[in-house]
Order: sequence, then C-alpha cells, then structure tokens
Amino acid sequence: MANPKQEKGKRGAIDRRTFIKGAGCATGMALFGGFHFVRKTHAAEGPIKLGFPIPLTGPYGTEAKDQQAGAELAVAQVNASGGVLGRKVELLVRDDKLKADEAALRAKELIESEGVQLMAGVFSAANQLAVNEQCKLHGIPYMSTGQSNEITQLPDNSIYTYHEAFDPYQTSQAVGGWAGKNLGKRWYFLVADYAYGWQLTEGFRRKGKEFGFVDAGETKHPLGTSDYSSYMARILAAKPDVLFMNNFGKDMTNAVKQAAAFGLKKQVTIVCPNCSLSSRMAGGDEVFDGVICGTSFYWEMDHPTTREFVQAFQKMHGRPPVDYAGYAYSGVKELLGGVNRAGKLDPVALAGAIEGRTYDNYKGKQWWRPCDHQSQQDWFIAKSKKAKAQYDVFQIVATISGTDQRLMRTCVELGLDPNKPIRSGLIKK
Amino acid sequence: MAFRKTVSKYPLSFIFLFFIVFPFIVPYKALATRIIIWGLFALGYNVCLGYTGMLSFGHAAFFGSGAYAAGLVLLRVSQNIWFGLLGGLLMGAVTAFILGYMSIKRRGIYFAMLTLAFAQLVYFIAFQWAGLTGGDNGLRNIPPLPVSLLGLTIHIESPLRFYFFVLVFVILSLFALNRILQSPFGHVLKAVRENDHRARSCGYETSNVRWLAFIISGAISGLAGALYALYLHFVGIESLYWTTSGQVVMMTLLGGMGSFIGPFIGAGVFLYLEDVLSTVTEHWMIFLGGIFILCVLFFPTGVWGTIQEIVSRKRTTVKQERDA
Amino acid sequence: MSVTAIAMQLFTGLSLGMLYVLLALGLSIIFGLLTVVNFSHGAMFMWGAYAGVATASFTGNFWLALVVSPLVTGAYGLFVERALVRPLYGRDLNYPLLLTFGLQYVMIEIVRIFWGTSDLAFSAPEVLNFPVGLFGIFYFPSYRLFVIGVTGLICLILWLFLEKTNLGLVIRAGTRDPLMVRALGIDMGKIWWFVFGMGSALAGIAGILAAPIRSVFPEMGLAMLVESFVVVVVGGMGSLKGAILSGIIMGEASALTTLFYPQMADIVIFLVMAVVLLIRPSGLFGKSGLLE
Repeated sequence: MANPKQEKGKRGAIDRRTFIKGAGCATGMALFGGFHFVRKTHAAEGPIKLGFPIPLTGPYGTEAKDQQAGAELAVAQVNASGGVLGRKVELLVRDDKLKADEAALRAKELIESEGVQLMAGVFSAANQLAVNEQCKLHGIPYMSTGQSNEITQLPDNSIYTYHEAFDPYQTSQAVGGWAGKNLGKRWYFLVADYAYGWQLTEGFRRKGKEFGFVDAGETKHPLGTSDYSSYMARILAAKPDVLFMNNFGKDMTNAVKQAAAFGLKKQVTIVCPNCSLSSRMAGGDEVFDGVICGTSFYWEMDHPTTREFVQAFQKMHGRPPVDYAGYAYSGVKELLGGVNRAGKLDPVALAGAIEGRTYDNYKGKQWWRPCDHQSQQDWFIAKSKKAKAQYDVFQIVATISGTDQRLMRTCVELGLDPNKPIRSGLIKK
Repeated sequence: MAFRKTVSKYPLSFIFLFFIVFPFIVPYKALATRIIIWGLFALGYNVCLGYTGMLSFGHAAFFGSGAYAAGLVLLRVSQNIWFGLLGGLLMGAVTAFILGYMSIKRRGIYFAMLTLAFAQLVYFIAFQWAGLTGGDNGLRNIPPLPVSLLGLTIHIESPLRFYFFVLVFVILSLFALNRILQSPFGHVLKAVRENDHRARSCGYETSNVRWLAFIISGAISGLAGALYALYLHFVGIESLYWTTSGQVVMMTLLGGMGSFIGPFIGAGVFLYLEDVLSTVTEHWMIFLGGIFILCVLFFPTGVWGTIQEIVSRKRTTVKQERDA
Repeated sequence: MSVTAIAMQLFTGLSLGMLYVLLALGLSIIFGLLTVVNFSHGAMFMWGAYAGVATASFTGNFWLALVVSPLVTGAYGLFVERALVRPLYGRDLNYPLLLTFGLQYVMIEIVRIFWGTSDLAFSAPEVLNFPVGLFGIFYFPSYRLFVIGVTGLICLILWLFLEKTNLGLVIRAGTRDPLMVRALGIDMGKIWWFVFGMGSALAGIAGILAAPIRSVFPEMGLAMLVESFVVVVVGGMGSLKGAILSGIIMGEASALTTLFYPQMADIVIFLVMAVVLLIRPSGLFGKSGLLE
C-alpha cells in the first residue's frame, strides 16, 4: 500500500497536512501584517527624484528619446540655477515598452521603490492614463507630455495631473479652422481606429460645421496598419477635396506614402493634423510634397525663446529639437519651476504656483488653465519643403493662436467649474 | 545529508518558506508580487501545456478577460473584493469553455493557431467595445479596496500586505490543483498526454478530458488576471494581445513544464532578468531571447527540471558509491 | 460601391495577397518537409527588407537589392537550420517552434542595435514610381503591378524547380514520405538544410519587395507573422498550391472587407481561418494527420 508520506518525493506532489500548515502560515501573516515594516521611501534630504517613463523600446523609440533629451536639458538648466528647493534634481528614465500595464508597473516601481516625488513624460495616451492612475493613488504630481483627451477630463483628471501637450480636440480645432478657411469643402477622414483617431475626427466635424463643410465620409483603419492600398478605392470614390490623416507616426507616414503612390495628390489635398518632424523625415521630400502639416513646434521658427531653446539643445545633444522634445522640456521646466515657486513639495501649493501662470519656454505664449491644468498654446501649420539640410523640412505658413481658450473644450464641457481650480483627488498622506 | 533529507521530505514547506521570505530578497516588493501573479498565470498555463500536452497560444484571452471581469465587477457591481476575484476566475473559465469548444478537436499546431486566432478575436472585441473596456486606453480607476473577512476589514494597499494577499490565492490554487491532479481525473489527464489513442481505446472521452483541463487552466489564468487588475488598479488592452500569450509560454518553458514550482521559477527568472536588464540596457530583449534559445536547446526541462535532473543524478551516484 | 471601386479593390487585394503568398510559400515549404514551424519567419522578412535597403543605399541600385536580400536571408536560414534547429530533431515538435519564437526577438534586437528604432525611408526605383492607368478607369501604382509580376514569376520558377528537376523530385518525395526517401539512400539532412534556406530566402525577397510600400522598421515582421500563419493554416500546412491560393484569397478578403466594413479588415482573416478549419480541419489542401 502506498505510503502517503512517500508521495511527497514525487514531482510537485503535496501532502495535505503540509499544505494546510503552509496556507495557514501565510494567511496568518497576511492578516496580522506581522512583517509590515514601515520603510521611509521619501528621503528628507538628497536629490529630488523625477520619474520619467517613456517607450524606449518599440516603434516610438525615437520620439521617446526626444522626450528624454528635452527633459535632460530642462533638468540640467534647473540644476545649474540652484536645483529645486536647494536640492539637485535627478531624472529617472524608465522604459514602458509602449504598453499600458508596463507603464503602470514602471510608475509603481518609481514611486514605491525609488521614492520619486515627481513624475513627468509618457508618450501614448493609454500609458499617460496608466501612469496618472498610479500617481493619483500615491499623491505624486504628474506632468503629462503627450496628446490625450481623457487626461484633462474626469474621472482621470486630478489636482496632481498636469497636461503640457496639446490634445486631439485642440489639434482638430486648430487645423480644422485653417482648413475651413483655405481649402476645399468636401472633407474625407482616414481614421486610426482608436480613441485618438475618433477624437480627432469628431473635432474636425464639429469645427467644419462653422465653414459649411461637406462630410464626404470616413474610413477607419486598424492601428498599426502597414498597407493602405485597400483604402484608396473608398477614398477616391468619395471624391473629396481634402483628405485628413487622423493618425500618427508610422501609420501616417505609410498612409501618405501610399496615397501618393496611388496618385491621390493629383486630386486631393492631404492634411496631416499632427505631423511630427520625425514622421516627415521618415517619409521624405517627395512623399510629403504638397502635404499640409500641423505641428506643435518647429525648430527654425523665428521666436526668441525658440532660438534660445534650440541653441541650448543643440549644444547638449548635437541636433535640433523635435516636437516631443519641446513638450518634455517645457513640461519638466514648469513642474520643477512650480515646486520652487511653491517653496515646498505640497501638491496644493504646487497647483497654486502653476495655475493661471503665463509662460514662454520655447514656442510662444502658453497659459495654465486652472480648472483642468491644461496648457493653452498655439499650433502651427506648415508646408513641407525640399530639405536643404537634414532637419530643414518645414516652412511655417500659419500660426493658429490658442488664446482665450478658443481651441480648448470649455471647463463646463469637461464637467468642471470654470471659476474654481481643480482640487479633486486630493489624498491625505 | 540530514538537511537534504528534510527538504525532500517536506518540499512544499520549504517552498512556502521561500515564498514568505521572497519579497525581502528581491530588489523591490512590487517585483515579487508581479512574479507570483505571473507565476500563477504560468501555473494555469502549465495545466494546459505540461500536464495535458496542448500548446496553446491564446491564454491571454483568459488572463485578460479575467482581469477585465474583475475590474468591471469592482467598478460597477460591488465593492466586495471577493466578488471581483470570483468574477475573474469565472470569466477565465467561461472564456476557456467557449474557446475550448471550438478548438479542442484539433491538436498540435492547428490547435495552437486556433487558440491564437480566437484570442485575437477576443482582443478585437474588447478593443472595439470601448464603452465597456475603455478600448486602447484601458480600464481605469479600479478602486483600492479593503478585504472584509469574518467581520474584519483588512487594508492591503501596502506592497507587502498585497504580496501576502496574492500569496494566499497562489497557495490555494496550488492546493486545489494538487487535489485535482492526484485525483482519478489527474491520472486520466496524464494518460491522455502520454498517448491519446491508447486512452481513447481504454474508453475515455479524451476530447472532453482535454476540454475540462483547458477550462481549469483558463480559470486559474483568469484568477491571475483578476489579481493583476487589483494590483495595478488598471487593465491594459495588451493583456489580451498575443504577445502576453507568448510571454507566458516562454516563462513556462524557461521554468520547466513538469512541475508546480517550474512556472514560478520561470516567471521569476523572466521578470527578474527583464527588470534588471532593462535598467542596464535598452537591448535587454537580446539577452532574454538568447537565454530562451539556450534553454530550448540545452535545458528543455527548464530551470527546475534541470535542477531535478542534476540532483537525482547526484543521488544515484551517491547510492552507487554506497552500494559499492 | 461603383464598379470602378470594386475593380480597383480586386487589384489591390491581389497585390496584397502576393506578399502573403511569398511568406506562406516559405513557411509551408519549411513545414511540409521539416515539420518545423518557423516562428522567426516574420523576422526574416524584416531582415530581407533591411538587407535590401542597406544594399540599395550603398550601391544606389534597387535591382541589386532584390538579388541580395534573398541571398542574405537564405544564407542566414542555412545557418539557423544547421546550428539551431538540427539539434532539436527527434524531440517534440513544439521545440523548433519555441526556439524560432525566441529567435525572432534576438533578430529584432540586433536590427535595433545597428539601425535604431525609427523607420528607414525607402522608395521604389524611379522607373516604377508612378501610377499607371489601368483599363482607363483607375490609377494603380506601377510598383504594385511589379510586385504581382515578380511574385508570379517566383511561383512559376518554384513550380518548375519542384516539378522538373531531380532535387525538386526529392523534395516532393520527402514531403510525402521521408522514411522511404532515406531508405533509398538519400541524405535528408542536406535536403532539409537546403529547403530551410530556400524558405528563408522567400521571406527575404518578400521583405525587400514590401519595403517601398510600407515602413521599414524592426517590428515590421511581427504583424506579417501572425497573418502569414493564418494564410498557411488556411491553405493547408505543407501544401504549396494551398499557400498560393490561400494567400490570394486572404488578400482579396482583406481588401474587399476594407471596402465595405473597414474596421473588420484586421479580424476578417481570423474569421476566415476559423470557418475554414471548422469545415476542413486540415486547411484547403492540407493532409490530415500531419502534426496531430
């Protein structure tokens, strides 16, 4: 007869008694928190740590590195002028692999293990929201530097959340306004099938009504599509005057490239509402010839702070800054500057130091709206030009001003009080 | 010698002891929690691969749907954490029930491809159904909830407490799985894995047996997903993508398919390496991929299997010496 | 939808299908003979693209790139078979699959190290870079017509090779009954080695053909990988007829779905696969019992 005790030697076999013993042990410990040490993760002295999760690996590695470069410049400048509250700032960059749960994990690790006091960065909308979530749970101020509609809305928004970058809605209002005045009436949308694409399209439709646009239709494509040939027939059949590429990065470059190959440019004006410099460069002169691009920033712009920023950036990194570098630079500078002005690491004091502030870090006048911590700013319309030097690819044809909140959704629309600064989500620590 | 004897007599006690000190020996506690959650997922996956011999490439569907179910329950239905976890487990089982029904008749690579295809279908549905799942933005704002047990309210927010909370479920799952595998059903499973035709000729309805194993595998994976949702207070859409399936396959193989502890070791090695390597270089994938390749080539039984082989070989030589 | 649109879409589907065909042929031929599922096929596709782009930017000659890409990936395939896959014969069929699964990550990372993570801009050669009026009703990129032509040519060459040469005969026999072939004194090891290289070369040429159409970046093979597997499974693993037919069907399915219900385009190939497998479990032309 088999001895049950002998069975323990077998692969993975467990004796019931041992099991119950073990289970009881672990449960007991969990219940009584017997091993609950209180570990001080926030240093009272030492450097101020700024967490910075970005997608270093994956298709947006270049944009991520640009963000890092911009943040590094800002941190270097702040440290050179005395740091924050007299302490040096340390930038802790982490790779979020463009996955939202990885971003959440990185943020968790930065907060719980590294003890960061501040957070910034993040590229994709989903990742921003994931990082924001972790920051809200732990009361860490977070400066977001990528496009997202949700981050300034409830339930994601909070006193800890700040948004330096544009959002899809504002992009659509800026570009839609220009297109309505300057281009044909029949509008067609090639939409990346996710929140970003949907939101851009909705915004364009809204703005287009002011100009009496004709909705020629839309085609949604799965995110990350490489082959757009199948969409050309639909687009051509709709006979539009303007084709809006409501997508980003590789999707946009591929779509424009293939639209050009199908001879679309002969009949249609192509507009890329959010065309980053890297996308334009990846596409090349010929592909983007005649394409209208919307961009947050271009390094050759004739503006005093732009020149200063570009000079400093080129000195540090040996190349001119690209759009996302600008967001990161300005965002980090604002966050660190805010803490200095507040005089302490208190979220309410920080909010007070940032809200309502007018500033100009690199591209023109910007303003922090108190009700949702969104940075009001301008957008630029550019035409592609034949590159005479490596980064010399754009010619700015218009500046779309963002003043008087004309491009943003109103506070009321977002479910917020226009007269009160945002204080939701404040936790007691 | 006496020590080794004690270890082999009470292997699981030492495993429990190890789990208990585990959070203190890894660089940070969040990593320990991640490891045991993924370890649980790999344990569930191993029921399918190691114990039933079916290579599935669609387990992300169970993990992810379990996570979403738990999150949605806690966001919309109840503040009770037990319901959330139960929801996750059941969702994993139900998804496996459905996917299994459509895939189980096929074997080998066709089975793998079918599971992959159906898992991608689940991903697509979740992505499009943004009103329910948040789409690509994920399911957010899952509240941090305390555990209510026997009238007590226990807060589990601190990293260490949460680790032990998860550990309880890991242990319960190990216990449950052990009972199942020791039972007659477990023996039939082994028979089906070793030789399907023979088992069928003995009168067993092998496709039903495999289907049930698949469901059990899905349930455990769903529970792991639910715990993950509680851990991050968030469910990302990538939890349903095929790369998540690929990751659990790699972990299971790395750790060793033939045991309970193998999947946990695999998860631990994979995540620890990934974590450490990512801080050193952004090209960590090349090392992880390389290690995986070495494993497949030279250590197909995984880390744990290889350790067992070494130990048993030593034991045989010692015995030979003694008998000589 | 107008007739013009549908006609144009049918052509688009054909050109889309051609890339699938090339990838499926490579996968199927490797599987048919070696019963190895090459999970690194997508990464080989990507290497082909990079090899071609590098050649073209070095020499300025696209046609040379077309030749170099399959040679590079073919040679690499020979190395992989000899060094990594051969030791796994005799073990469970899952092992080569798992090995190549891990291999693709290494291959992607290597490219990232040397070329970085951003896209490489690459255009079709001047002579092919213009839209052609087809049937007087719509424009179609001449380059895609070229792709259709080249793929057709490759299929023809492959068919001739398999049907009319001795080596082709051995390969066909080896797919049907490897034991018998060995009993006849032929060294299957060498044949397998060669076939793996050939399959990889097919992936490589698909890569360079795809480069002017879409972005060239390290992860470009990942999406194609899953789709190619679906195509092969639908066609029947090991069947070349099946790979060609299935590739074209999938290309057309994807294109036509895009015309009528675009969001489903991503998922329609999975649905087709599920339906086909439920009706014909071994695919359209597959042999049952293979890898059961």
